[in-house]
Amino acid sequence: MKEIKVLGTGCAKCTKTMEVISKIADELNIDINIAKETDLEVIMGYGVMSTPAVIIDEVNVHSGSIPHRQDIEAWLKS
Amino acid sequence: MFEVFTDFATWLVVNVLGLSKETKLGDALHFFIEDTTKIFFLLLVMIYLIALIRASMNVERVRDYLAGKHKGIGYLLGSGFGAITPFCSCSSIPVFLGFTSAGIPVGITMSFLITSPLINEVAVLLLLSLLGWKFTLLYVVVGMSVGILGGVFLDVIKAERWLQSFAAKALERGKNTSQQKTSQTASISLKERHTFAKEEMLEIFGRVWKWVIIGVGLGAALHGFVPEGWIQEHLGDGQWWSVPSAVLLGIPLYSNATGVIPVMESLITQGLPIGTTLAFCMSTVAASFPEFILLKQVMQWRLLAVLFILLLTAFTLIGWIFNFLTPFI
Repeated sequence: MKEIKVLGTGCAKCTKTMEVISKIADELNIDINIAKETDLEVIMGYGVMSTPAVIIDEVNVHSGSIPHRQDIEAWLKS
Repeated sequence: MFEVFTDFATWLVVNVLGLSKETKLGDALHFFIEDTTKIFFLLLVMIYLIALIRASMNVERVRDYLAGKHKGIGYLLGSGFGAITPFCSCSSIPVFLGFTSAGIPVGITMSFLITSPLINEVAVLLLLSLLGWKFTLLYVVVGMSVGILGGVFLDVIKAERWLQSFAAKALERGKNTSQQKTSQTASISLKERHTFAKEEMLEIFGRVWKWVIIGVGLGAALHGFVPEGWIQEHLGDGQWWSVPSAVLLGIPLYSNATGVIPVMESLITQGLPIGTTLAFCMSTVAASFPEFILLKQVMQWRLLAVLFILLLTAFTLIGWIFNFLTPFI
């Protein structure tokens, strides 16, 4: 099961990012473990500067915007 | 080039609605329609074009570029990048920490963060179309100077003493480790640029259109309903206190540059001195409580207070200096 973290300081886009990923995972019937990470020290630890950012299994795959559908599908299927 | 918007507003107000431009309502409505159509058109076209060009620009690259630069030039570059790099204000804390943990001095980071809300492509476009190139140039120079001098000042007083402890530790670590560049400079195809520009256009437009309506609405109300000469008479350049009052008034009024520029246009044509107008506008845009509450996460109260006072003093001085210089320019 994929461990997904959405990094962000609580802006609207971060919440939206979580929703989108959860929804697509549901559609594809893929089990994921998704959580929001708002702790600044943790965010800094990933070297992320533009939020929302997406971390999958401890790898930073995306940052700075709400990810596109095809990107999310690719991450989930890989 | 912009007459078409004036003509359109005249047609709508006079021919369709049957109002005379001599009436207050007709005048205010004309101002509102002309400015909103003009601004919306410019925003859509120019944001797209600018985004097309700067598709490859992001905060990660700015950080890598700034890290290890000599201080003297660092402030100038920090401020310059602040003016041209886009980032959502909700990202300012991660950006601050990202810069800090790369060992970039607090002053340079703050040059970046102070200039960023003051100057951006939307603000520059609006200024150009509403107030002309001279005022635009003035605004950009002054905005960058506040960022640069503010940054220098913060380093002179060793502002890093007053960071929250985890941020201070990150800065220490960053200074001592050699930088590895993390961002890839992948080349971007034209199609990707187009996608980026289109999204950017819709995103920014979706964010700022309501500010434009509010700003122009206020400007129109000022334009149509405040008696001609009232502002000049009561807030003209005679009184020293009008500038600090304008700055104080701007603090609780939190707006972005997009909303406040149409108001500026109206204030200036009504006879408010340029210095007072600049001071008011910059204070509205750059000194806001929500932003400061966010910064509390990485700075101690002491540094926040210093920063706040620094900005207020800077804007007041700008106002006074420009009011004093106006007769000579």
